[in-house]
Amino acid sequence: MSVTINIPAILQNLTHNKKSIKTTGSSIAEIINTIEAEYPGFRDRVIADGKVHRFMNIYVNDDDIRFLNNLDTKVSSSDSITILPAVAGG
Amino acid sequence: MLTILGHLVESMVQQAHKDHPVETCGMIAGSLENRLPQRFIPMVNKAKSTDFFEFEPKQYLQVWREMEQRNEVPVVIFHSHTQSIAFPGRADREFALDPNIHYVIISTTSEQKNCVRSFRICNAEVIEERIKAVASYLPVLA
Ligand SMILES: [Zn+2]
Repeated sequence: MSVTINIPAILQNLTHNKKSIKTTGSSIAEIINTIEAEYPGFRDRVIADGKVHRFMNIYVNDDDIRFLNNLDTKVSSSDSITILPAVAGG
Repeated sequence: MLTILGHLVESMVQQAHKDHPVETCGMIAGSLENRLPQRFIPMVNKAKSTDFFEFEPKQYLQVWREMEQRNEVPVVIFHSHTQSIAFPGRADREFALDPNIHYVIISTTSEQKNCVRSFRICNAEVIEERIKAVASYLPVLA
């Protein structure tokens, strides 16, 4: 089963300038591990302490996975996954 | 240096005052080719706080999709400080991950009223840059 992930500009240096990646996996955690195997260093930029990194937002279709099951959120082949850098500050 | 249409600076200041004492936030999008700020995009501050801001995640995704379709990038990311000077605080520096973006801060405190400053931030290091307000980009593009 193949899913597409949109990669934000600030992580494209890790993905050989690819804006999107087709990969496999049935949950966000699995997908990120698959990407890590091909693009080392990717995982630490998007995950911290077993959750989405506070500097990133990960969406499955229209939903932020913090409001779903975080990294355990299930995905299927028609889903669109988007990673965006969180925009926040004090 | 941030070269920007004067009316866009006005829009940021107006929005900051409208949202005061809550911190305002938003983006100005521009084309990937020339990175000139063009399209003003007010964002909802999910934190609704006087000392923190965060783009509301769903709105942000929607806006990101629009920008992708239009071949735009965020050129300016702005927010206000409603109790302090217009200088990046610790959280501002931590979250500023893109050295290509102009991070603009507007202070709305009574002493600092309408103070607008622009910064580049790289690896949590801050470099202030001059803001050059222009009436048109034609001379810049020529
Ligand atoms: Zn700030």
